[in-house]
Amino acid sequence: MNNILNQIGIENYIFLSVILFCIGVFGVLYRRNAIIVFMSIEIMLNAVNLLFVAFSTYHQDAQGQVFVFFSMAVAAAEVAVGLAILVSIFRNLGSITIDNLKNLKG
Amino acid sequence: MNTNIALVLVLAPFLGFLINVFFGKSLGKSVSGMIGTVSVVVSFVATLYFFMQINNTKQPLSIALFDWIQISNIKVNFGFLLDQLSVLWLLFVTGIGALIHLYSFSYMHDDEKMHSFFAYLNLFIFFMILLVVGSNLLVLFIGWEGVGLCSYLLIGFWYKNQHFNDAAKKAFIMNRIGDLGLLVGIFIIGNLFSTLDYVSLKTAITGATNLNTYWISIAAFCLFIGACGKSAQIPLYTWLPDAMAGPTPVSALIHAATMVTAGIFMITRLNFVFDLAPQVQTIIAIIGAITALVAATIGLVQNDIKKVLAYSTVSQLGLMFLALGLGAYEVAVFHVITHAFFKACLFLGSGSVIHGLHGEQDMRKMGGLKKAMPITYITMLIASLAISGIPLFSGFFSKDEILLVAFEHSIPLWVVASIASIMTAFYMFRLMYLTFFNEFRGTAEQKHHLHESPALITFPLIVLAVLATIGGIISLPFPEYNWLNGYLAPLFTKVATEEHGLGSTEYLLMTLAVIGGVVGIAIAYIKYNKQNTVPAEDAAITGFSKVLYNKYYVDEIYNFVFVKTINELSRFFRDIVETSLSALVFGFGKVTNEIGFYGKKVQNGSIGLYLFAFVLGLCAIVSYLFLAQQ
Amino acid sequence: MIHIPDLAHATPVQIVFCILAIITLATAFLTIFSRNPIHSAIYLVICFFSIAGHYLLLNAQFLAIVHIIVYSGAIMILFLFTIMLMNLNEEHEVHKPRITRLGAIVSFCLICIVLIAIFINSKPIVGDYDSSGEDFQSIKVLGKVLLNEYMVPFEFASILLLVAMIGTVLLSKKEKLEK
Repeated sequence: MNNILNQIGIENYIFLSVILFCIGVFGVLYRRNAIIVFMSIEIMLNAVNLLFVAFSTYHQDAQGQVFVFFSMAVAAAEVAVGLAILVSIFRNLGSITIDNLKNLKG
Repeated sequence: MNTNIALVLVLAPFLGFLINVFFGKSLGKSVSGMIGTVSVVVSFVATLYFFMQINNTKQPLSIALFDWIQISNIKVNFGFLLDQLSVLWLLFVTGIGALIHLYSFSYMHDDEKMHSFFAYLNLFIFFMILLVVGSNLLVLFIGWEGVGLCSYLLIGFWYKNQHFNDAAKKAFIMNRIGDLGLLVGIFIIGNLFSTLDYVSLKTAITGATNLNTYWISIAAFCLFIGACGKSAQIPLYTWLPDAMAGPTPVSALIHAATMVTAGIFMITRLNFVFDLAPQVQTIIAIIGAITALVAATIGLVQNDIKKVLAYSTVSQLGLMFLALGLGAYEVAVFHVITHAFFKACLFLGSGSVIHGLHGEQDMRKMGGLKKAMPITYITMLIASLAISGIPLFSGFFSKDEILLVAFEHSIPLWVVASIASIMTAFYMFRLMYLTFFNEFRGTAEQKHHLHESPALITFPLIVLAVLATIGGIISLPFPEYNWLNGYLAPLFTKVATEEHGLGSTEYLLMTLAVIGGVVGIAIAYIKYNKQNTVPAEDAAITGFSKVLYNKYYVDEIYNFVFVKTINELSRFFRDIVETSLSALVFGFGKVTNEIGFYGKKVQNGSIGLYLFAFVLGLCAIVSYLFLAQQ
Repeated sequence: MIHIPDLAHATPVQIVFCILAIITLATAFLTIFSRNPIHSAIYLVICFFSIAGHYLLLNAQFLAIVHIIVYSGAIMILFLFTIMLMNLNEEHEVHKPRITRLGAIVSFCLICIVLIAIFINSKPIVGDYDSSGEDFQSIKVLGKVLLNEYMVPFEFASILLLVAMIGTVLLSKKEKLEK
């Protein structure tokens, strides 16, 4: 079975996920809408997952994929809880603009 | 057996100190005084035992107690060395100590702090014994510092008087200067020979062929500075006259008979070191002679009875140093012993006078006490004759030997020493005439209360007067009857004073010294008894006697040169350095405060800003880790 | 050093990779830039699908399927529901000050440059791609690995999901009780 990386090259996957990760960071910084920030975080997570899978193939090892599986489980839980929190914040404050979330300020 | 007795000898006064210091107040004055006296008597008895033993066997006793310090190749044991010198010294330390305790029993009986007085005295005796019996220089140093401490405590015993406190501090500080010299000397010796033990030092020095005489001379000089501080030699003598602020028994015990002779003890103990440093010996001799002369001249015009005795002490110590510097250690030791007898007697006698006059110390307000205090008078007269060098009294023999030695080595030193001893005769009898002859010049009330002191005071006086009379027999100027020289001979590497027969020169010198003494007495007689002169009031003193009366203004000079300079320096540090330093420190605080004030605005709770900082920080860390470090 | 695919002689696999990568990056950008949250969510779904395509390209069938189910299915549905629940649209969007936008762009460029510079600077040694032909990522093999070697973490993941579910329920319910 021919290794797919012979044709694409591991570097390209690294560049792809680095840029994807940076876009996630950019989104977190650029937007104020908490939901979009959340989506940016998901993009970052996926960038990392993608790199895991690429290296799993590179090393011909299943462990990387198992790890991605767990990280998906965590992401699912995180999104569920995070969105629940956002909903309750929205109910209390009427907005989910992160600039308004300053109650923890000392 | 010997170890136990030695421990009793050393620790008895310490036990007395402990009892007096902790329980003295509740025990009451008599019991506390009794404990203090008995503990010293116990030491005296133990000393007698050792003295008998060593006088018979001629073998020094070395008692090692425990290992103390071990640093690289220097090992110091805590031990005692009981040889001829230390036992002799112990004999008069504990003997006179016991007499003075007895004396203090009566003298201090009206003082409310009598128990602490006895505690300090016992502590002093303890440290003095430690100083004398220590088998090495470090034990000596413990004793040396300890006696300095006790001296401080006892000079400032009446601490409610600020002048007395100042005198105590002066004594302590002056001694510190000397102690530093001693310590440096000990360090140099330890470095040179890797041992501080007397016996091994002696073997190391006598056995060695090529010694580093340069460093040995420096060590000897440092040790001599130490001796200068303790034994009140120029330039560190000014504390001793002020030390007379303490109670009179203290002056007699510490500042005349025992502690101030510690320097002489140390030099005698290390005679083999000093023998290798002839230049230092010359310095010692010259300093001794000058001190003898200067102190004697000051003593001529003092009016405070204790001050006269104090300067007399300094002068006599100078004579002892002269003998030490000339290598005649046994002569110095002899003079130490006789001086201890007659000077203690004189101090105790003056104490008796002061006691009789209820604290009056100015001789101008005394006079005519001969009838009221006959025993005091007679004993003091004997002691004065002894110190003046009148034949058959002890002082004659010891002083004469010093003068003989000086004459053999250098005529100028002999002239200086002779002048000093003529002056001694003069001022001692000036003191006697002013105090005991003619009419009483004090107030009528004092005259009414004049009385002879009680037996507890007169008994030590009589004992000491007897010793001052016959003390000379231990070292008669005839070789075959000279017990002391033979006794001390094993200590010295050089042959003791040459066995000079008493030729015509010696007899001539002796006669000259006696005539000098008699002349001094005669002048005093004419001036203060026949003409009945009373020294002028302080304000009326003029001319050179004013310079003398003010002790050559040495205190003022020291004050100007050292104290003022240091004060100026301190003021400079306080006003400029300290101010700018604290401004700097406060500046740091202020800057931090300002930064904090503005910096807290960054913590504004804005998540966007935090995230931004987070990303920048991440970039910085990552680029430092992976980019900058390659 | 950097391997740039020659488009003229590109193999089909390379072309597919390029297309997928472009879709991934473009939709990720659009997710961030679109003003309407609903549009963002839709772009994100496309992004996730393209990532699933990458997984398929790497022959990780199990992960591709799970990814579609979890992300494109469950998570995106959650997002959409939330957005609809809050009734968010363009009007809610608060305009950011220009300095913040500038800062965000600067930091984006910075972190991009830094990360890529690190990668290039560290001169990775890429060896020959091992293709032993051994099956390591089929669903069958992964299932065995997951339920043998990673049995305990697997069970913990289920507990985590359970806890998350309870937490979500509590968080949502509490408000109603207060009201």
